[in-house]
Amino acid sequence: MATAAFETPKLKPYPVIPLVAEGAMAHSKPYVASPAIQTNIGFPGELTEGWEQRAVAKMGELLGKYRSLRVYMDACVHCGACSDKCHYFLGTGDPKNMPVARQDLMRGVYRRYFTFAGKHFPKLVGAVDMTKDVLDDWWRYYNQCSECRRCSVFCPYGIDTAEVTMAAREIMDSVGLGQKYANEIIGKVHRIGNNLGIPEPALADTLLGLEEDTKEETGIDVRFPLDIEGAEVLVVTPSADFFSEPHVESLIGYAKVFHAAGISWTLSSKASEAGNFGLFIGNYEQMRNISLRVKEAALALGVKRIVIGECGHAWRVAYSFWNTLIGPFDWLDPRYPVPQHICEFTHDLIQRGALQFDKDKNNDRIVTFHDSCNVARASRMGSMPGGQFVIPREIIKAVANRFHDMAPGTIHEATFCCGGGGGLLTDDLLELRVKGALPRMEALKHVVDEHGVNFMATICAICKAQFSKVLPYYGFDMSMVGGVHQLVGKAIRLGTPH
Amino acid sequence: MSGLSLTYAALFYLASAIFVVGLALKIGGYLRTPAPLKIPTTPAPTTTTGVALRMTREVVLFESLFKSSKWTWIFGWMFHGALLLVLLRHLRYFQQPVWPPVVFVQFFGIYAGFAMVAGLAGLWARRFLVDRVRYISTPSDHLHLALLIAIGLSGLSMRFVAHTDVVALKAFMLGLMRLDVQPLPTDPLLLLHLGLVALLMIVFPISKLMHAPGLFFSPTRNQADTSREARHIAAWAAALEKK
Repeated sequence: MATAAFETPKLKPYPVIPLVAEGAMAHSKPYVASPAIQTNIGFPGELTEGWEQRAVAKMGELLGKYRSLRVYMDACVHCGACSDKCHYFLGTGDPKNMPVARQDLMRGVYRRYFTFAGKHFPKLVGAVDMTKDVLDDWWRYYNQCSECRRCSVFCPYGIDTAEVTMAAREIMDSVGLGQKYANEIIGKVHRIGNNLGIPEPALADTLLGLEEDTKEETGIDVRFPLDIEGAEVLVVTPSADFFSEPHVESLIGYAKVFHAAGISWTLSSKASEAGNFGLFIGNYEQMRNISLRVKEAALALGVKRIVIGECGHAWRVAYSFWNTLIGPFDWLDPRYPVPQHICEFTHDLIQRGALQFDKDKNNDRIVTFHDSCNVARASRMGSMPGGQFVIPREIIKAVANRFHDMAPGTIHEATFCCGGGGGLLTDDLLELRVKGALPRMEALKHVVDEHGVNFMATICAICKAQFSKVLPYYGFDMSMVGGVHQLVGKAIRLGTPH
Repeated sequence: MSGLSLTYAALFYLASAIFVVGLALKIGGYLRTPAPLKIPTTPAPTTTTGVALRMTREVVLFESLFKSSKWTWIFGWMFHGALLLVLLRHLRYFQQPVWPPVVFVQFFGIYAGFAMVAGLAGLWARRFLVDRVRYISTPSDHLHLALLIAIGLSGLSMRFVAHTDVVALKAFMLGLMRLDVQPLPTDPLLLLHLGLVALLMIVFPISKLMHAPGLFFSPTRNQADTSREARHIAAWAAALEKK
């Protein structure tokens, strides 16, 4: 992919808030979806005459459907609390990547058409007409937000820029301006069953190959079952787990956990994807339809539990939205949470003493943990608030001897996005992705220098893919990133080979 | 009755009407608009009591702002806390007899006036000194601060420089509440002070001052983290299930 040359930011010994550099990222735009991609998922093919009125009408519709958007359009006081919280601002200095300025791109239009002050005194309150110039700015900067919600942690009113970005993308889609990467993937998940477009035979073949590899590694018949009716557990995992490194190592880890615990499980070729890009484009119906595949697969296979693999935004949709979108789940085993995260699943088994580990197997690794934004700030694990921070770390500490957290302020709820979330994991946005990774890279550098950390575990397919790509830009080895279940798979005891 | 008193009486009736009706319309809009998905910023409380505590911390202590920017928090909290004391102090103009708590607060309210203006000045300084905040500041942001500072300074001037006839003022205010307009003292400072307060009430529902009620309706703060336990379906979303 040809991308214009850009300079990778320098890692500083301590974080520095950049000075405002107007227009620094004005050139960053994703590819526009073709009319075929758009119409395929029910959006107009391209911008046509009168789009301005239709965009404003759509905004009105969303203001009536989402209290979040309605309140957030009114509540901002421009206090600037969020202004130094976005990784894309910290990495680029472009002021329109400050959450408040990003929101204001929409707020200006909102004021113009939906408020008294904006209708009558537009200049005074920064109200603007919906024009092509405004739309161009929307296109640039609503595609420079990874919907990570870090700003919402720090906003005194809880204004969540992700809600605004989602609404903006929904409005743009509704007038025929869609993002190629995200919308192509949504087409694929409906047509083939997963984001990578892996058809059933290829998937079956891959899983067979994994069984052989694992047998070779361990001498044990660890199964990777597909479409097994009557299995106890349906595992829904990001499709990257089937084909990408280091993702597949975690899939092997899940399989070993099921094997060791003696719990029957299956993957589904129909629901061979946990990811749900309907979230990224802010489209409720897409999000629901993509979720429905999982329900249909689970019903058809007659499973009793659903477990989600290592995927951040998938976990947000599953944990926070599934019950609402496709629930109730009274047809599943009520003794377990629905859905359950693979980390909750493994942690529960560890607590009950059902798994044994040889921690020394991970002695070559000095581990840190990157909290993925959607897990950290938009979901939970376990029964306690904050369980999403505790459980993955508990698992790591159960399977590895050496663990060091990154600096406070860069982990837990204040974690930095990997730089590739929210539908931005595409090569046409590579500069943005590299620069947006800066705050995380600085925090990582610190524990690398301080403690010799050589492995950053995470539980998100996008984080893994993004870091594999951008770590080398900052002088790190791409194999420094991997999954929590990659570590689990390495250390788990499977019994004696037969 | 002088034309001036009648004009100010009319102004206050109008401002109060706009304030109340405007706020009611806005809040009605928030109430009517569903929150179709569970989006609390996590870690979030799992119980209603927990949510009430989280909201209380936000409203009373500005918890999130504290995490975010200590300078903004210091100035913002100082201003809002002082404003509360000043408002409580002013209740004496609307009560006869004056409630004991309002009597108690009088002394603090006087000096809170200085804290209020100092806080506002700090907030305003950030709009010039911090380049990021300078970038996002609009004319409306500056005017809001100017308006509040002018209200504070005109009020302080009447307390410390040029006294007004507070007894007559109180008679005017009590009269307004009984729909019986009394003469209003005519010092320019008082007229300025009252005019600006009326302006503040008028712009409240159509401006960023809506952050005050807005906070209570913010789904990232006021929702409990119970998404696995309970469905949370909006009427328009439920309609999709019938398709």
